[in-house]
Amino acid sequence: MKKNGSEILVDVLVEQGVDTIFGYPGGSVLNIYDALYKNSDRIRHILTAHEQGASHAADGYARATGKTGVCLATSGPGATNLVTGIATAYMDSIPMVAITGNVGTSLIGRDSFQEVYIAGITMPITKHNFVVRHVEELADVIRDAFRIANSDRPGPVLVDIPKDVTAAMYEYVPRGRVEGEEKYDVAEEQLQAVAEMIAKAERPVIYYGGGVQTSDAGEALLALMKKADIPATHTMMAIGCVRGEEQLNLGLIGMHGKVSASWAIDRSDLLISVGARFSDRVATNTSRFAPQAKIIHVDIDAAEINKNIGVDYAVVSDARTFFEKLLPYIKPSKHDAWRAQIAEWQSKLDYTPKNDPEGHLQPHTIIELVAEMAGDDAVFATDVGQHQLWAAQYCHRNGIHQFITSGGLGTMGFGYGAAMGAQVAQPEKTIIHITGDGSFHMNLNELVTSVSYDLPVITVLMNNSVLGMVRQWQTMFYEKRYSATDPHRKTDYVKLAEAFGARGFRCTTLDELRAAMQDALKRTGPVVIDCVIGCDERVLPMIPAGGTVDDIVSG
Amino acid sequence: MQKYILSVIVRNNSGVLARVSSLFGRRGYNIDSLTVSTTTDPAISRMSIIVTGDEPILEQVLKQVSKLEEVLWVEHLKETDSYCRELVFVKLAAEDTAARDAVRQVSDVYGAHIVESTEGAIIVELTEVPSRIDAFLSVIGNFKVLEMCRSGVTAILK
Repeated sequence: MKKNGSEILVDVLVEQGVDTIFGYPGGSVLNIYDALYKNSDRIRHILTAHEQGASHAADGYARATGKTGVCLATSGPGATNLVTGIATAYMDSIPMVAITGNVGTSLIGRDSFQEVYIAGITMPITKHNFVVRHVEELADVIRDAFRIANSDRPGPVLVDIPKDVTAAMYEYVPRGRVEGEEKYDVAEEQLQAVAEMIAKAERPVIYYGGGVQTSDAGEALLALMKKADIPATHTMMAIGCVRGEEQLNLGLIGMHGKVSASWAIDRSDLLISVGARFSDRVATNTSRFAPQAKIIHVDIDAAEINKNIGVDYAVVSDARTFFEKLLPYIKPSKHDAWRAQIAEWQSKLDYTPKNDPEGHLQPHTIIELVAEMAGDDAVFATDVGQHQLWAAQYCHRNGIHQFITSGGLGTMGFGYGAAMGAQVAQPEKTIIHITGDGSFHMNLNELVTSVSYDLPVITVLMNNSVLGMVRQWQTMFYEKRYSATDPHRKTDYVKLAEAFGARGFRCTTLDELRAAMQDALKRTGPVVIDCVIGCDERVLPMIPAGGTVDDIVSG
Repeated sequence: MQKYILSVIVRNNSGVLARVSSLFGRRGYNIDSLTVSTTTDPAISRMSIIVTGDEPILEQVLKQVSKLEEVLWVEHLKETDSYCRELVFVKLAAEDTAARDAVRQVSDVYGAHIVESTEGAIIVELTEVPSRIDAFLSVIGNFKVLEMCRSGVTAILK
């Protein structure tokens, strides 16, 4: 049946299992929006306040479900507004398809109104991108986009469609859903080699990252940890993959990770890295990271091997395949002395914040109370800054897809859009958006979207009235010269929320926060809870950039 | 630091050159030269790239380039097991006969041809492996070089 390009686009999206897209209309996508209007029973379109919100929402949708998130914007500024969201997804390997309209093919290259070369702009922040110059290619390009976004190491793909292509007629031939290519297998000799290294190790540690989340490998990982008696520490991208109460779970590693986990890596004789990439926020000093250890690096992306750190043995595989294939080769083992050593570090060295006796709000008490009240199934989406690390340290998630954060790019303003995307994907779940006053101010306009679509996102604003993380660095490394981190804003967040049609609460004590949360958890609509904390609160412990375990600051 | 010759087989799509060069720019790899040419299949092009770096950089370049969707094959070619050629033109000032003779002598040693000889200048052409061209240029640099133009490498596996 002959259809126009826009109808073909919608048909292929449906064919690929898309039920929701996030976007914003404009001149170059008028035809696409017309097709969406006619197909509103098949695809739900969420209109955001700003295209950046749409890109973060598509990302949050993907992170909450593992499905590919889709966003749509018009040419020119619409397209450029997606850029930060695409880069955020790229850095964290999130499957996303971004669709942009462009001016008609006859106007391309003439600096036409709202024309921009978005394919060129997004080249370094996408896995691949396409400019569809002929309607004949359109359906297969969209299918390719979904295949690429989901294959190997996932990531964003952009498809740019000139306006005339969205109107041109062509025969649409339906096809099935394109599945991501799963081609990983681990050779027996590799499994034997890894098993042998594990058998010889006296002080082994596993360090795992987002790859475990992506391949849903938590259970397979835990089975290996238990059988071989290997403790494991994780990056921020892998929060929730293994239950916090598991004794072998050492918790968060990195700049603000557990002191005991950092020591475990420092003193280990075998480090098994799976689905992680030795980023500078984990391997703060690559030349002195795990200095006594042989390093095994398992990653789905061969280019990660030897990129940031030289390793002794490499396996290219997704995390779950690796764990499942390896398990039969592992002999049950015990590392009692090593475990005892780690337990000693945990009791002696780990940072424990002190509770304020008067019940004034503190970072850890806020997060812990919110996490407890929201329940074990609640999803946390954060912005970027101190609150992000506090959330990572204290929110205690015990499942995958329950901690959504911009790890690689560190995008302030990511959180609200991501929380909306997660809420749209999972209407029944409680979505907690943890933010700071700096991050929230970047994209708080998206509150209007939650109001429009009745998304009961609960924003917990950790309000210290300064740009806390930068200020913390200024406190510690710039002799308290607080350059541009004290904005003297006078925002009344309760009124702000109300002005947008949401509800707001202001809290200074745990009791007030408890009452606000009780109300918010009735889930009648979006809520902003302004939690006032001191501006000198710091994220601790901290390994300064370039430092090692010897440089940890704990108080 | 060493020079490595890469042969990259790519889909002949618009933007593929930008994609490859953008990757090099973003990751901070140094391109000495890059040539793109057609192959027997009009849908496929070959890029020959000379990269300066060390072994770890070479490993990263090979892996990162092969991740690009439009890259079908990438290979590190060694001068010993492939035919590599590069063409260079050098324009030299040659005011007197002595200078001309000296240029002619050096050119003969390297197998370079004098393609033009006017009153004030000589243009020399040499087609050779890149390392020989480097050597030739360092010797010819003793003369008064007015202009120099290298084609970039083209290479094929033996």
